[in-house]
Amino acid sequence: MSAKIISFPHIGSYHVPIKFLLNALAGKGNKAISPPPITKKTLELGTKHSPDFVCIPFKYNLGNYIEVLENGANVLVQTSGGCRMGFYGEVQEQILRDLGYELDFYTIDAERGSAMDFYKAFKDINPKLSITYSIAAFAVATRMAYAIDGIEEFIRKNIGFELETGSFERMEKQFLHALAQATNVIQVGKVYREYLLKFQALPICKPSNPKKVGVVGELYIVMEPFSNYCIEKELAKFGMEVTRFLTISYRLFSKKHTAEYVLKNTGSYLKYDIGADATDSVGKSLDLARAGYDGIIHLKPFGCTPEVNSMPIVQRISQDFKIPVLYFSFDSQTSETGVKTRLEAFADMIDMKVASQ
Amino acid sequence: MKIGIPKALLYYKYRIMWRSFLEDLNCEVVVSPNTNKAIMDTGENYSIDESCTSAKIFMGHVSWLIGKCDYILIPRIESYANGDTVCTKFYALYDICRSTFPEAKFICYNVDYAHHQTEWKAYKQLGEALGASVFHTRRAYLNAKNELTVYEKILQSNQDDLIHSDNLKVLIVSHPYNIYDEMLGTPIIRFLKDLNVDVFFADIPDSADMCAKSKHLSRSMYWHYNKEIVGSISHYESIIDGIIFLTTFPCGPDSLTVELLLRKIKGIPMTNLVVDSNTGEAGLHTRIESFIDIIAEKKKRGDEYVG
Repeated sequence: MSAKIISFPHIGSYHVPIKFLLNALAGKGNKAISPPPITKKTLELGTKHSPDFVCIPFKYNLGNYIEVLENGANVLVQTSGGCRMGFYGEVQEQILRDLGYELDFYTIDAERGSAMDFYKAFKDINPKLSITYSIAAFAVATRMAYAIDGIEEFIRKNIGFELETGSFERMEKQFLHALAQATNVIQVGKVYREYLLKFQALPICKPSNPKKVGVVGELYIVMEPFSNYCIEKELAKFGMEVTRFLTISYRLFSKKHTAEYVLKNTGSYLKYDIGADATDSVGKSLDLARAGYDGIIHLKPFGCTPEVNSMPIVQRISQDFKIPVLYFSFDSQTSETGVKTRLEAFADMIDMKVASQ
Repeated sequence: MKIGIPKALLYYKYRIMWRSFLEDLNCEVVVSPNTNKAIMDTGENYSIDESCTSAKIFMGHVSWLIGKCDYILIPRIESYANGDTVCTKFYALYDICRSTFPEAKFICYNVDYAHHQTEWKAYKQLGEALGASVFHTRRAYLNAKNELTVYEKILQSNQDDLIHSDNLKVLIVSHPYNIYDEMLGTPIIRFLKDLNVDVFFADIPDSADMCAKSKHLSRSMYWHYNKEIVGSISHYESIIDGIIFLTTFPCGPDSLTVELLLRKIKGIPMTNLVVDSNTGEAGLHTRIESFIDIIAEKKKRGDEYVG
């Protein structure tokens, strides 16, 4: 039997921990590969074979799959979420089979399934897999995700004030490269601490009271810089400190424990959970407004039902707290220039608002 | 007390039950009129432009009811069992309406079996909010539920009577709030009946049975309302001549479900009609007419071949 080559769709920089985890679980003779980095071509490929008005993460994922299948992958993994994302797997599998690819497709249901389902899926790929070994591999991957989240948070807060253009991005590349070499929890921790110090040593010129904006919205668009035209870095160029709460570590590990609190914290704005990450969008917008931020950016794919649900409520918060909110909706036709113009206008408006106070 | 019910979304599924329950508890029920252009336009004004057309229509009905009743009933439905959820729109309608119409008063009941909030518990709280005793509420709830079951049985047997007719049979696969809406589905149904076609509705057969049957077509589907209508395809597979999918733009669950079904079902002619508030009737009529021509021709040839 031929070797199994496992792959997965891209999301942000998380291909490092995902690839590590899949490689560890794949077993002897099998391996995991990352899809090629997302380009315009990826999106075109995905759009061509997708249903008309499905949300754009579906199109990106499908583009990733087609490109990586061309590179020799034969086992694909998809996760699921609380919205229509949970149904991605079955439809994508059908589309890929109709295109004539031979593949095994595993959907790991994070929302409705359990850790045991995850283990069983991999037991199927690698019959020799033991539970203790998978837990150990999972722990390393988790630590990596936390390390990435920690570093990225630092980058978001400071990249707008770098003295040497591009120094943060260069360091980020080195960090991801070093992280990919780590094989156990101790090494990951070492890399994290080493690079956090290196990042802190980069020269910046940060005013004591910088303008602050928060990013809320849908998981994929928020976390995948290509899909939002690197909106965080564009924002930073206007000399702003960017905050975002939604990260993989939050989504996978903290959300379970904080969901009830977040809902309660929205007070009179929400009585019930409004699906997927939309409750968080409302809760975090409210937190940002209360913390005196200068603006909120709300990102979502076109037609994302949960985030559309959250918009009237975020709008209400915007009116009540007099905090400006800029809504972006991304589709395969969204133009980069349009996004940049709106961002610039938003930044100007915040400048004027700050100046008038 | 006057309770307003918007004639959209879940109205078409639960109208019998709501009316019976509320009237039993001595409430007066006000139902908004059939969807018309004015309601649709108001709904659009009050909605985020990316909401699905069905939800926009709902907002129009809510807006019509404001000032004409004391409370507006907006149920909040999350799940019917573990892993048997509904579209997230239904999670949020109550909160959306509260934010959009701060001047209006709403009452809500919350069904969420996955978190132990059963339908009876939900109605109990609704009865409490309306000031009725638990015993009274319980009796009203059971009566209402019973009435709904009887009504559904009648609809089912009416539909089953059609099976033996010689006309062309077309299955409409869509949510009840699209099929029976005056601006979305009704013109299409009327047109089909004018063409002498027997129309089967996907939402009529027994819900639990259909959810089980949907497994033949999709193993991982978890939307309750979609399972119901997808199951009916397996249910009627042997007797229908064609399937019409009716989707509102941009419905989340349907965007994926219809794609999967179009790829999976073989041997039955299918067409997918996507409607929104700007859809022109003429264009739809042409498409339906040519679709009916195709299945009529197929049926004729099939008969000749067998004969």
